[in-house]
Amino acid sequence: MKICVTATAEGLESSVDPHFGRCVYFLIVDDGSMDFESVPNESFSASGGAGIQAAQQVLNKGIDVLITGSLGPNAFPLISSENIEIYECATGSVSEAIASYKNGSLGRIEASNSPGKQGGKQRNGSSQKNN
Amino acid sequence: MKIAIASGKGGTGKTTIAVNLAISLGNAQLLDCDVEEPNCNLFLRHDMEEFEDVTLPVPLVDKEKCDLCGDCANFCQYNAIASLPSGVMVFPKLCHGCGGCALVCPENAITENTRSIGIIERSADWSHVDLWQGLLHIGEPMASPVIHQLQEHISEDNNVAIIDSPPGTACPVIASLSGMDYCILVTEPTPFGLHDLKLAVDVVRQLGIPFGVLINRSDIGDSRVEEYCVSENIPILMKVPNNREIAVLYSKGIPFVTSLPGWNNRFVHMFANICEQLSTRAAE
Repeated sequence: MKICVTATAEGLESSVDPHFGRCVYFLIVDDGSMDFESVPNESFSASGGAGIQAAQQVLNKGIDVLITGSLGPNAFPLISSENIEIYECATGSVSEAIASYKNGSLGRIEASNSPGKQGGKQRNGSSQKNN
Repeated sequence: MKIAIASGKGGTGKTTIAVNLAISLGNAQLLDCDVEEPNCNLFLRHDMEEFEDVTLPVPLVDKEKCDLCGDCANFCQYNAIASLPSGVMVFPKLCHGCGGCALVCPENAITENTRSIGIIERSADWSHVDLWQGLLHIGEPMASPVIHQLQEHISEDNNVAIIDSPPGTACPVIASLSGMDYCILVTEPTPFGLHDLKLAVDVVRQLGIPFGVLINRSDIGDSRVEEYCVSENIPILMKVPNNREIAVLYSKGIPFVTSLPGWNNRFVHMFANICEQLSTRAAE
């Protein structure tokens, strides 16, 4: 089974990145052999729609499980439409996250748990409105 | 004659200047382009009526025809359409309505639907100032299409069209300033006022729009805004002092030209000065 963990760097000992759409790396790990691939997130610095791009990137890797801290309102329906199980883990290393997943201590993410860019937009007299 | 009232910094007094200028000149069209929070009518109190809806095209994907090639998603620069192993998903709020996805689809599986992002309102009945305003629906991220559609209603029949622009220097401001004959940049003599004025000056210079500066609350802060204008050869059109009477009237929603003697004429003179600047420029 292929597990995707969002990470701040390459390798199993790197830290879990709490953000899905703008994480630095995706670690795609085979939970049986613990073979892994470190894939840079192409939408790390996208101006908008990062979660959508990131979701397409990992779904095209054929993953079965996603472990991350939070998903925005656009990424969540994409990931869940492909029946991927999503588990919440925002701290520790990638290998610790996988161990927690295996022993059943991670909770499921059942809905978007991050406001994303649009929902989090603040109004302010001098704010820059980039649209 | 189309004049935009803009500023880099928010809260400098754009709406105050736009409304008072419109009232002073009369037979004026006033377009509130700050469609995220239009507030000119706090001071005019016109009955507004809906004039039209603002819609954007959005892609509609025929699942029968789609063969999941992903060309649409690769084409979209705004990530508004996602191609997954099991289907295509559209994110309407990210879509700019360019229609490119429908053009690149080899199976002709994409047609266009429309969705409403805002409305245009107009004074139901007016005699002195014809107020138009755009209203972006709550939660919609893109103001520019509402502003562009609002500007289509600029009429040549009035003395002047005054555009109250949103603050900042981003897309909605560029949309508000496009096609203007002149821009009044409203600022205040503070470090923030100066910093954001410089950003706004960069924008209007790039757009090639003649402009001048109006210094509001001119007796607070320091002299750096004025020194900057002099060194950059930017005309200072008017100074409005930090006057308690003006503030009291503002707090009651009363445009100060209607209560304080002399100000109506000062706005008329400023307009004449702008017209003179433009005719000198045209003669050069």
